[in-house]
Amino acid sequence: MSSSPKFAMFGLFGTLLLATAALAQPARDFPGVGRAATPKEIAAWDIDVRPDFKGLPKGSGSVARGQEVWEGKCAQCHGIFGESGEVFAPLVGGTTPEDIKTGHVARLNDPSFPGRTTLMKVATVSTLWDYINRAMPWTAPKSLSTEEVYSVTAFLLNLGGIVPEDFVLSDQNIGAVQQRMPNRKGMTLDHALWPGKGLTKAKAPDTRAQACMKDCPAEAKISSFLPDHARNAHGNLAEQNRAVGPQHGADTSKPSGAPPQRRAEPAPAPKAAGAPTALLNKNSCSACHALASKLVGPSFQEIAKKHGERSDAIAYLSGKIRSGGVGVWGQIPMPAQTLSDADAATIAQWLKSGAPR
Amino acid sequence: MSSDDKPRGRLIKAPENFLDPAGIRQVFAEAKSGRRDFMRKAFVAAGAAAGAAVAPVALATSNPVQAGEGDPNILTLPEHSKGLGQAVATEGYGKPSRYEANVQRRQSPGLTQTAQASVSFAPLQSLFGIVTPSGLHFERHHQGWWDIDPSKHRLMLNGSDASMLKKAMVFTMDELMRLPSVSRFHFIECGANTGMEWGNVAVPTVQYSHGMLSCSEFTGVPLRILLDLAGVDYKKARYVLAEGADGSSMTRTIPMEMVESGEVLVAYGQNGEMLRPEQGYPLRLVVPGVQGVSWVKYLRRIEVGDQPYASKDEAVHYIDLVPGGQHRQYSSIQECKSVVTTPSGGQVLLDQGFYNISGLAWSGRGRIKRVDVSVDGGRNWRSARLEGAVLPKCLTRFNIDWVWDGKPALIQSRAMDETGYVQPSYKQLREVRGTRSIYHNNAVQTWLVQEDGEVKNVQLS
Repeated sequence: MSSSPKFAMFGLFGTLLLATAALAQPARDFPGVGRAATPKEIAAWDIDVRPDFKGLPKGSGSVARGQEVWEGKCAQCHGIFGESGEVFAPLVGGTTPEDIKTGHVARLNDPSFPGRTTLMKVATVSTLWDYINRAMPWTAPKSLSTEEVYSVTAFLLNLGGIVPEDFVLSDQNIGAVQQRMPNRKGMTLDHALWPGKGLTKAKAPDTRAQACMKDCPAEAKISSFLPDHARNAHGNLAEQNRAVGPQHGADTSKPSGAPPQRRAEPAPAPKAAGAPTALLNKNSCSACHALASKLVGPSFQEIAKKHGERSDAIAYLSGKIRSGGVGVWGQIPMPAQTLSDADAATIAQWLKSGAPR
Repeated sequence: MSSDDKPRGRLIKAPENFLDPAGIRQVFAEAKSGRRDFMRKAFVAAGAAAGAAVAPVALATSNPVQAGEGDPNILTLPEHSKGLGQAVATEGYGKPSRYEANVQRRQSPGLTQTAQASVSFAPLQSLFGIVTPSGLHFERHHQGWWDIDPSKHRLMLNGSDASMLKKAMVFTMDELMRLPSVSRFHFIECGANTGMEWGNVAVPTVQYSHGMLSCSEFTGVPLRILLDLAGVDYKKARYVLAEGADGSSMTRTIPMEMVESGEVLVAYGQNGEMLRPEQGYPLRLVVPGVQGVSWVKYLRRIEVGDQPYASKDEAVHYIDLVPGGQHRQYSSIQECKSVVTTPSGGQVLLDQGFYNISGLAWSGRGRIKRVDVSVDGGRNWRSARLEGAVLPKCLTRFNIDWVWDGKPALIQSRAMDETGYVQPSYKQLREVRGTRSIYHNNAVQTWLVQEDGEVKNVQLS
């Protein structure tokens, strides 16, 4: 009797009931753990803005004001017109007035169009506002006023042709702007990769591979491989593999087929650091300057070469670090930096000595 | 150079084989009498005779001598057998052997312009089992990492409006760590892992192709316990926003179903110690089976609401461009995937003969059920051994025997999870999603073993 299907069914239902009961049981209490958040605390941290603009603070900002903020705080990384790809992917470009009408960026269908800008992808204007507000400028997140966030958002939208030059973006008209976002209809939820219910449509995965085991239809032609000139592009792979085991790293400083490099002796320890790395990172210098290659700004070694010989090198460089400037190395400005005299002098001293590694 | 001169397997001899037994006896005699210089010169001479520019000292320590009276590594007692070693606590927090210095996280050159919004890859080719050592766990930062004072860190729970929960709450780390904890092994994989290979082969080794993958035992409190405490209205609040405390204040939407199941953790522990700063110390979210970007680090706030949030990393990035010009949004699950880690790209097989092919398999939908391995480019497959505990949404290590005959071989692995989903080939994946996506590439990987023993990353068609 106990093995009858009917009884087994009962057993299954019993398990389900138990599971439901476990979920429905009243919450456990943990006396002394946690406290109520104060309204001021919530206001300080609850900064997210949703696509329906819940969370958006009241305020406004003009395209013109946005341009001022942009040139002072944003252009270093994103270019004067948001088009630069030198530090991050370009924000502006690739959208047309036609896209604003259709709500879908046509160039996303064109494989020959290089790259994808933020305005080509983003469907929701709330996303721009929220991210600028929480994370920009990159080296000083959350330092913009609400007016500045509205302004910069307006300026970006103007660069994309979404709002006119004399536009003032506000919490009142942002909903209308949403209706002009070039890629507002560009998102699909027709997939099975959302780990919950209700949001996405497809229930089954989009690939349906079979696990054939014998004499399978195989693709035995090698159609893609790294060209020989890229052999050492990731450094010598012999030094990136364990030096003991069934296989060792290929010595990519030599052509394929050369004998493997055998090195059981540990690599020599790196030399004592000359660069004040902690200081450079702390003050976000390294966000724009690298040791030996041009990033946003010139390399530290270029600066050292140009100014290190000056008799007043330390005073000059300390001053430049603290006050910022533009024109010495090009038109991308360096913002003024807030750091102590001593820290600025340490960096200047290191630059004067040639910016050794 | 005729084709016969090309090295096959171990055709290039290690130099010590060029010393005859008499030579070896002489080396031993000289070594015993303390003449280390002589020993070195003898090997240099041998190396020169072999025509190979290899470090002779290294050879003396890494290769057994098979001729003569025996291996000097056996016959001559080394210093460590005859001297006094280091004292306890010489390193209060231990370090790997200095001989393991090659095993490091690495950046792919040119991938990003700034090191603060970048990624470093875990050296999968050198790892064993399923646990990634915390210090080798891949890193992905959006605005640089911080080492936050845990005594000042807070976690806040609130609602998108007051109707979503009874009481907005604040917790200290001390309080969170008083709550009943759970410890679970899970993989974490960046949605962009293997993304560089969507169009064609772009990187040489498994470290760069698959190294945005790691696995740890995470310890923490189920988020559900905290939401229950705050009195969340589960009927209304079907979405959770997780927010970080770093500069980017990373935000991601999580479905409430996952929280209700108890699997989402507010975690402070990793592999028996506290989280590493690069992994979100002192608090991060653990969202099993879901792409790493949702595992918000430096977790400071949980908001519950009735809509998804379209944050930057779910509206501009981590969206999948598919044929037709649409982007798939909120694509979060990491589907079933596997990769052979040994042998793998950028390595050289030292000899013909027996090898243990080994790799990792995982699925964001549950347990791994089976892994098949092919050495002929997918014509014939054998099922591999699944090692140890096979846990849900966790890495599974697989192994299979192989005797290499010195001929070119195309090594692949193909995993299947408990839902019956089978890892697709590149052809099958591209038929549906084209070649212009970045995220969620879970195609079968192919390694070409050349006749000379070198292993290369290739794609087939």
